[in-house]
Amino acid sequence: MLDLQGYGPRLIEGAGVTVQLAVLSLLLAITLGLFTATAKMSRNWLLHGIATVYTTLIRGVPDLVLMMLLFYGGQIGVNAISDILYYDFEIDLYINFNAFAAGVLTIGFIFGAYMGETFRGAFMAVDNGQVEAGKAYGMSSALVFRRIRFPQMMRHALPGLSNNWMVLLKTTALVSVIGLTDMVRVAAEASRATHEPFVFLIPVAVAYLLIASVSEWIFARLQKRYDIGFGEH
Amino acid sequence: MPDISAWFNDLLSGNLIFTPTTLGYYWTGLVTTTQLVFLSLVIGLVLAVPLAIMRSSRRKWISLPVYVYTYVFRGTPLLVQLYIIYYGVVFFDGIQQSFLWPIFREAFYPALIAFTLNTAAYTTEIFRGAIKATPKGEIEAARAYGMSQGLMMRRIIIPSAFRRALPAYGNEVIFMLHASAIASVVTLMDLTGAARYVYSRFYTPFEPFLFVALIYLCLTFAILFFFRFLEKKLLAHLKPQTL
Repeated sequence: MLDLQGYGPRLIEGAGVTVQLAVLSLLLAITLGLFTATAKMSRNWLLHGIATVYTTLIRGVPDLVLMMLLFYGGQIGVNAISDILYYDFEIDLYINFNAFAAGVLTIGFIFGAYMGETFRGAFMAVDNGQVEAGKAYGMSSALVFRRIRFPQMMRHALPGLSNNWMVLLKTTALVSVIGLTDMVRVAAEASRATHEPFVFLIPVAVAYLLIASVSEWIFARLQKRYDIGFGEH
Repeated sequence: MPDISAWFNDLLSGNLIFTPTTLGYYWTGLVTTTQLVFLSLVIGLVLAVPLAIMRSSRRKWISLPVYVYTYVFRGTPLLVQLYIIYYGVVFFDGIQQSFLWPIFREAFYPALIAFTLNTAAYTTEIFRGAIKATPKGEIEAARAYGMSQGLMMRRIIIPSAFRRALPAYGNEVIFMLHASAIASVVTLMDLTGAARYVYSRFYTPFEPFLFVALIYLCLTFAILFFFRFLEKKLLAHLKPQTL
């Protein structure tokens, strides 16, 4: 049943690529989002300005356009660097701009902007007295972040985070356009080759729904964990 | 006029990528994108209002089918939906023989159908949220006036839900504009399609993609300001009072 005219194993492999891509991009997006949120809340006007430009520009341009810009432009940029290395320093280094890396970088970069907004709101929802109490105990600011601000912020950030993750998951389908063989690309190829689109595309749609349902469950558990001490909702 | 065209040609001379021809592609792309987004939003909105009312119904057999529809269309990538409709349209019996075939053979209509169904699903959920948030007092007042269910819907619930849905709907419009970029995947010459075409001819990614990114950015800001203006007008009564 899972054979699907021989495309079954490739589809499952593609699903693996989709999940890996989504999870790695999410990690990058969370990291970038934390930096962006911190920069946006800082009193340094330069940091604040950079973060504002980043979130505004990214959220104003379609994902696909950014992806193509980074993917096609990235290869040319990398080539230019290796040219300089070769002619000026005689280092022969050819870097192939890998489609998977390009996908992770672009999706992470795009969703970092959305995460930044989510985290900023969440950090501001943490009572400042908590941070002051941490400082009064002589905690370093890194420790205050790790023990007080981050765990309490997550409670407020989780609904937004889970929303962003759902959108991110669906955005990964776009990498099939820039040549990465995720499950959408395999299904589209198979549809063209066999002229039976429903056989391949509907299982892919179901797979997305499944991943979404599983992650919804995980986020519900996480929310419960971070809500500890705040009573039942 | 000749002055302007001379100035224009002067501006473009010595420039291989921004020639009158490529600018023409971008213009066609802009027109296609605008048509696609505008039409799908309007049709989607018209579909979403009755669907949202059905979705808020207390009868399971009315609300459940709509829930399944919105769940599926919001839970799967638009690209997959587009592929299913684009590749699947030939499987409707007799469509290739019917007078509709010249229309459906082109990518525009499958794309329009996919976008419309997608935005209708999101808009349905936005409206449902707004309908659900109707203050109880408004409904009680309508009942006290002896309004029938239909009249109450028409005069009280829908108008107030529309206003409450406005900010979220503005986001949906922007989301749709950005999502429309994938129309280029099924050979449509929209804005992104124009950029891809210019890229493939000149092998210069930066100029075409940055240029269309700028156009999208301007469109996004235009939508943003339009909705801000609407909110200011329609939601004025919700603003904190200044005495």
